[in-house]
Amino acid sequence: MNQSSYRCELLAHARPPQWQNPEPADCYDLLVLGAGPAGLAAAGAAAEAGARVALIERHLLGGVSLLTGAVPSKAIIRSARLLAEMRHAERFGTKIPGGIEENFDLTMDRMHRLRMRVSAYHSAERLKLAGIDLFFGAARFASADRVIVGDTHMRRGTGLRFNRALIATGARPLPTQIPGLEQAGYSTSEEVFHLTAIPRRLLVVGGGPLGCELAQAFCRLGSHVVIAQDEAKFLPKEERDAAQLLSESLAQDGVEIHLNTTVTAVRLGDAGEKLVDLQSDDIRSTIAVDHILTGVGRTPNVEALGLDKARVAYDTISGIHVDDYLCTSNPQVYAAGDVCLEYKFTHAAEASARLAVTNALGGSTQKWSAVTIPWCTYTDPEIAHVGLYVGEARQRSIPVKTITVLMHDTDRAILDGQPRGFVKIHVRDGTDEILGATIVAYHAGEMINEITLAIDAGIGLSRLAKVVHAYPTQAAAIKTAAETYAKSRSASRSPSTIARPEWPVV
Amino acid sequence: MDPQQSQPDEQLLEQLERAAFDYFLEYTDPETGLVADTSRPGSPASIAVVGFALSCYPIGVERGWIARAEAARQTLKILRFFWHSAQGPEPDVTGYKGFYYHFLDMPTGKRVWNCELSLIDSSLLLAGMLTAAAYFAAPIQEEREIRDLADALYRRVDWQWAQNDHLTVPQGWKPECGFLRSGWEGYSEATILYVLALASPTFPLPQESFGGWTATYQWENIYGYEFLYAGPLFIHLFSHAWIDFRGIRDDFMREKDCDYFENSRRAVAIQREYAARNPRGYVGYGPNCWGITAGDGPGNEELREGDRDRRFFGYTERGVPFGRDDGTVAPWAMVAALPFSPPASLAAVRRVMARFPEVFAGARISSAFNPSLFEQGGWISEGYYGLDQGIVAMMIENHRTGMIWELMRSCPTIAAGLRRAGFAGGWL
Repeated sequence: MNQSSYRCELLAHARPPQWQNPEPADCYDLLVLGAGPAGLAAAGAAAEAGARVALIERHLLGGVSLLTGAVPSKAIIRSARLLAEMRHAERFGTKIPGGIEENFDLTMDRMHRLRMRVSAYHSAERLKLAGIDLFFGAARFASADRVIVGDTHMRRGTGLRFNRALIATGARPLPTQIPGLEQAGYSTSEEVFHLTAIPRRLLVVGGGPLGCELAQAFCRLGSHVVIAQDEAKFLPKEERDAAQLLSESLAQDGVEIHLNTTVTAVRLGDAGEKLVDLQSDDIRSTIAVDHILTGVGRTPNVEALGLDKARVAYDTISGIHVDDYLCTSNPQVYAAGDVCLEYKFTHAAEASARLAVTNALGGSTQKWSAVTIPWCTYTDPEIAHVGLYVGEARQRSIPVKTITVLMHDTDRAILDGQPRGFVKIHVRDGTDEILGATIVAYHAGEMINEITLAIDAGIGLSRLAKVVHAYPTQAAAIKTAAETYAKSRSASRSPSTIARPEWPVV
Repeated sequence: MDPQQSQPDEQLLEQLERAAFDYFLEYTDPETGLVADTSRPGSPASIAVVGFALSCYPIGVERGWIARAEAARQTLKILRFFWHSAQGPEPDVTGYKGFYYHFLDMPTGKRVWNCELSLIDSSLLLAGMLTAAAYFAAPIQEEREIRDLADALYRRVDWQWAQNDHLTVPQGWKPECGFLRSGWEGYSEATILYVLALASPTFPLPQESFGGWTATYQWENIYGYEFLYAGPLFIHLFSHAWIDFRGIRDDFMREKDCDYFENSRRAVAIQREYAARNPRGYVGYGPNCWGITAGDGPGNEELREGDRDRRFFGYTERGVPFGRDDGTVAPWAMVAALPFSPPASLAAVRRVMARFPEVFAGARISSAFNPSLFEQGGWISEGYYGLDQGIVAMMIENHRTGMIWELMRSCPTIAAGLRRAGFAGGWL
């Protein structure tokens, strides 16, 4: 099979060509706008609870996550990781006979195949089997309790009534305002998966999670990558040491790093190359690249939804306004996912959707602020975080202490040849209450879940020290941190200012 | 036995301190009094090095290495130069708003290398000026002029302008682009900057600015040591050259039941522990060979050795346990840490002297060397850096007599700045 066949199969799942919208019910218990992660989760949860559910999708099932986000990017990142490891085969005591050859076609074939496979879990047929009325077409509120789906311009669409609605229309890449960029041509982080050949020279604009992941992946896949970040560090929300480690890792891969750098203009050169002007403080330079990729953030999809008619308050920056129960200014309408959340992650979208459905249909009052949401940037090493950052804790006048364990002191990380990174667990000083954690490690995204569980279940760091961890695992670094904490507690009860003996000086 | 290995500690320290002090006599411009950043030919002056020079002249006087009158003359030459130097927004002057450009042409004192108007380097220069004012306290014309000029130069600094409508200050300013984007995040050498800025009688920073900066601190338990984290060792040393932090605490240290002096002691312990663990397998590292900090390095050479891909950086910020580490050791940092952990420092100095004697040639300490390359006939930093010599001379003196600390305890500016930053207790 080739990429075209995979796309056809994906369409068969995500928008079957022969699909006929169902005859609408008189009134739906829950009407969901948007079938990305939030919409799918909401519709599924509501249907399982016995509600009459309508789900409307204007494009394809699965949303950004499946089509142009987490799924395709992680497939490509896996190929890129393999290439990076193969280039260092000798470090692992082996050799690659005949050398290494990148093959972008095969990489993209794999991505298309896996994306098609994942799409099967949320196919239109499955939704139908689950008893969900699935409508394809643009949706627009006609009033506070009615949505029109279909040809909204010609007023020939189908009207759907609801008791409760949930808006889960997601977000899209933020437009980049760089003079000349539009004319020179570029890809957003979503469009990059349409590439058919690897760019020889690639500029990535933006050093957030998307920009860093793709910069490293394309570098490893064979591009010469330049990344321009308009701030002093990558991943500005993450802690400094994590960002610094990422910087070093990108540099080691061969990514050309420009921090504190603004892209001021783009123009086409005589040979068709894109000439990009950069400015960092007073230093100006021009680079030539073959392709430009922007990853500067996302903006909520709030346009053309008739939100005013539904009496739903919103703005184009932060999206739909919701309270802590994810209810909008219209008590019949809720929102979930990227269209209303600050942190735009697939798992946050799904979690918020389930919470909103529980509140909307069950009449319960679960608070979004009480939910613990981890996140991870899938670079190498991965950078994962959950809970509070130290700065946030200090701003709230919470005394905080951090227990740090280096991955280079963790047996499994040494054996795996993955010594870069750390586990930092922040506790309320004087207690073992875990406030948050940052993990930088090859499998940080997996490891952070243990801390998330502890925070969510109210398990203190002392208790984690007693949990037996399989040996050797990289997650044992978490147990080491917990044991270090336990030792520091007992040391603080002794008069010595330093809890351990020092090295001899002879 | 090597004579240096058998000589008593006091004699060894005298030798190291004197060699460091002499840098400020050898690499000084006769007209402006400015002191070279490095001993390399054509080096411009560094204003921070001038600050160290001003702080070291009193040491020289007390130790009998320079006559008091000569030291006063040299000091006055520098202060007069700065007082009369051109200040303004133009790109080719000496300073602006009372601050100075990081690097200056030795004979003319004009900005070189398109460098930044540096807040931290201006602070180190001002600390030197205040040290001179505190020391030259005699009721004679020359010393009175030193005091007056130091006071006038300090008052002229517009810290509020540098605040640029933010809570904290940026690292610098350039006429070509305005304020630099980088600020101070996390614990750093900026304590001296904030102390001086808070105490200003003319343009003081508000008290909240210090809290704004310390809000970015991280208190970490690393290798079993609890400390205020900063990776590069120099951060734990520089402000301590002037300020005796023993027993005085700000809000943060009160909360942690610690002080900045004890914190630096723990930073040394972590350096030793890291070097003992030596996760990257560098040659020479061990509990008695450490000192990973900002400074010179071998450059961007690449060397593959065995199954490791080694990369070497030029002048950069190195730190532990995370941060850049390419096997480059700064021997001056071992000496400058003397007040915090004397036995550890002395053991490290003697070990490096025995194994890598070139690093201490003529008792003047090199800026850096890389033992991993050294054993292959490799790399040692060329010449000497004034910053290294200054901190070495001051910290050896502080260890031996506490002279600079005692002098600065009597400096009303330092005391006022510390109090405004919330410090209390101990000698304060």
